[in-house]
Amino acid sequence: MTHLANRRSSLVAYSRHEPGTQPESLYEPYRSTLRRAPSKPLIFLPHTLSEVTGPVYGHGNIAETDNDLTAQHQGEPLGERIIVTGKVLDSNGRPVPQTLIEVWQANSAGRYAHLKDQHPAPLDRNFTGAGRTLTDEHGAYRFITIKPGAYPWLNHDNAWRPAHIHFSVFGRAFISRLVTQMYFPGDPLLAFDPVYQSVPDEKARQRMISKFDLETTQPHWALGFKFDIVLRGPDATLFESI
Amino acid sequence: MRMVPTPSQTVGPFFAFGLTQGKACSPCIAGPDAKGERLRLLCCVLDGDGVPIPDAMIEIWQADADGKYHHPDDPKSATADPACLGFGRMGTAEDGTCMFETIKPGRVPGPAGVLQSPHLNLALFARGLLKQLYTRVYFANDPANQEDPILVLVPKERRSTLIAQLENGGRWRFEINLQGERETVFFDV
Repeated sequence: MTHLANRRSSLVAYSRHEPGTQPESLYEPYRSTLRRAPSKPLIFLPHTLSEVTGPVYGHGNIAETDNDLTAQHQGEPLGERIIVTGKVLDSNGRPVPQTLIEVWQANSAGRYAHLKDQHPAPLDRNFTGAGRTLTDEHGAYRFITIKPGAYPWLNHDNAWRPAHIHFSVFGRAFISRLVTQMYFPGDPLLAFDPVYQSVPDEKARQRMISKFDLETTQPHWALGFKFDIVLRGPDATLFESI
Repeated sequence: MRMVPTPSQTVGPFFAFGLTQGKACSPCIAGPDAKGERLRLLCCVLDGDGVPIPDAMIEIWQADADGKYHHPDDPKSATADPACLGFGRMGTAEDGTCMFETIKPGRVPGPAGVLQSPHLNLALFARGLLKQLYTRVYFANDPANQEDPILVLVPKERRSTLIAQLENGGRWRFEINLQGERETVFFDV
């Protein structure tokens, strides 16, 4: 990356989101947004070095079992073992190498290893549900885990979250930072889930659904799911002297 | 090839064991050997009813004392202070607060080459936030605030929501109000 350090005195601007491809802050069916979404309009911020740079974080901190959530305890967790693979790309289709991905999820019964999760489903002493990894030079990553269960929440009457794995990705800039959720194909709960439905554009929404993948499925061992993640990338060069 | 970015989704209420506990928690933005004026920053997050938010996560990204970022896209990164990596991340406690330790950043070039006033870049994540909110932390009584090219984009009466105040005991305080009369300015980045 040294050539980038020396290459210019102008600043790269990042592409802005197309309308409808991201959720708005306020989405009434998701009730927690009512008292937390800002009520005043956001102020347009031109991109400066503060926005287009970002942390190189977590590189020294990855342990061997961090990307295998089934190998972090003495025994094997209960549930359906899965292999989640994919690539992190920017919006120009370029791989994002050496970037930190963190995941967290409920166990196969739909219970989080979190003190405040009161869902009356069993905890699994062989499953914490948190993992981390770096993408390789092609932007690729791989996790082994178990399929999380659906779980109830208090948003509305008889509300259930579809099975999902939380993904947190850094990317190259502070403004390419993304926290999202990976869903599973064919989940009937997606149609009723206000978090998933908060994204107006259907095509963008479907980016959050992983695909079953026979190729990464390992015979007699685990199902494979593919989940590619697209982050904002540099747009046209902003001709500004800095 | 232009690809539509993956949509953001809320971190939800149960992120702590994945994002802010153990080695994932980073209260120290600049190490003890970093150059510059050391400071502690207390952040406090409040919802639309003024109630503290105990399940928020704050990330901060900042330049070193000379206004250089540790990043290849900063043309000056080669001489950036190696003791100031510039990134911190914490979850809020039951009272909606968390405290970072860092140094005051230097001035970073802004639009048209105008220097920006010292500031921290802050991203806020929480249950009920479908996407992170971006704001900035400036420091009270810094004369450079008067000429900051970003602060002038903010209506005058709202600028004070972006300015941390120095409390007794040398600690800075930055309050984030998600709604209400003192609603913090958030940026469309």
